[in-house]
Amino acid sequence: MSDNRRESSFVFTIDGVEVKAFSGQTIMEAADEAGVYIPRLCDHEGLRHQGSCRVCTVKAGGRSVAACTQPASPGQSVDNETASLTKMRRDLVEMLFHEGNHLCPICEASGNCELQAMAYRLDMTEATRFPYLEPCRALDASHPDIALDTNRCISCGRCIRASQDVDGKGVFGYVGRGIHRRVAVNGENLADTDAEAADHAMSSEVCPVGCIIRKRVGFVTPIGEREFDKGLIGHEIEEKRK
Amino acid sequence: MNDLAPAPHRKARIATASLAGCFGCHMAILDIDERLIDLMKLVDVDRSPLTDKKRFTDRCDIGIIEGGCCNEENVHVLHDFRRNCDVLIALGQCAIMGGLPAMRNAIMHSDAPLRECLDEAYITGKYIRNTTHQVPNDPALPLLLDEVYPCAQVVEIDFQIPGCAPSGDIIFDTLAKLLNGKFRGFEPEMIKFD
Repeated sequence: MSDNRRESSFVFTIDGVEVKAFSGQTIMEAADEAGVYIPRLCDHEGLRHQGSCRVCTVKAGGRSVAACTQPASPGQSVDNETASLTKMRRDLVEMLFHEGNHLCPICEASGNCELQAMAYRLDMTEATRFPYLEPCRALDASHPDIALDTNRCISCGRCIRASQDVDGKGVFGYVGRGIHRRVAVNGENLADTDAEAADHAMSSEVCPVGCIIRKRVGFVTPIGEREFDKGLIGHEIEEKRK
Repeated sequence: MNDLAPAPHRKARIATASLAGCFGCHMAILDIDERLIDLMKLVDVDRSPLTDKKRFTDRCDIGIIEGGCCNEENVHVLHDFRRNCDVLIALGQCAIMGGLPAMRNAIMHSDAPLRECLDEAYITGKYIRNTTHQVPNDPALPLLLDEVYPCAQVVEIDFQIPGCAPSGDIIFDTLAKLLNGKFRGFEPEMIKFD
């Protein structure tokens, strides 16, 4: 396999930096290995790529493509951190904030939240131009070990893929279409499903926000020691290049 | 990290106000610590809880607003600040996006979240001892708005300093840079929403 991979390797560039890739690799997979960070929310290591949040949008060959699903091709020139792409990503993240009820000061995911960390990285600090939708969404605390606060769900679908592909269960799924599309549980409520606290889908790394909550462990990590207190999101990947 | 320029011929005037906030952001201003002494060489504080002045005595260069708008008085004060300040800063998450008070905007399954909030707080809540069985209605109380609004939805805001509460460092750094005309945005590492 490794010989085959080496034979089929090629080079393309991201923001002028030469990146090595193997045929079949996506732009993001190759970028991660090369230490170039492309922002993403719906993509997560170990889960199949979905390409739905579009935060990883890059320009390849003059076209906007999702870096997590678009295969890299030889000689390609990819734009990643340009002013216009960063602005578009910031707008996307801002709209995610406005579509749900994301109150960082009261959220137990604060400091470990990828949505919040992405807002920090993309400098989401200017006065907003978008309205707050402030939807009324349900809290599902039926399960003895897990609670769902869907006010914070960004519909990334990582829990759906983790439950189906890793746990082999299908606790979560999408319902509705367009703006009404939501992640729902396969039953009346979470206690109705075969969800368990040990599921990969319920682990803190799969839910990027504070929607899937483990009961009795909230706020255990003090401020200053949480994941994104230590550095900007993506810094582990960028450090590979240094 | 002292970015302060030498004192100019005229001191800048600063005003502050706390609207629907907890005064935590004003306490955070005190977290500037001993650098306040350097800062005070460059600025005079006009209308502010720090000086206890209730009205503007002169036009101000910088107005700092803590908290969003939850009642009509907040809106009047915010308009007054916009009229009297060249640069208006929203300080902290409540001023920026409503913050904790905005929790009343989206109460689950409620068509009238304000009514439900007041009912539970004063009438139906299990742990309250409200002998009047009424929502406070003294005419001196400012009327509540239907929702809690971020400052930028009421007036134009020039800069927002994030945090709950913002650190003394980000407040000092931003004010120092604004005063010497060198503010070009925040370092990403300094941005915090909590």
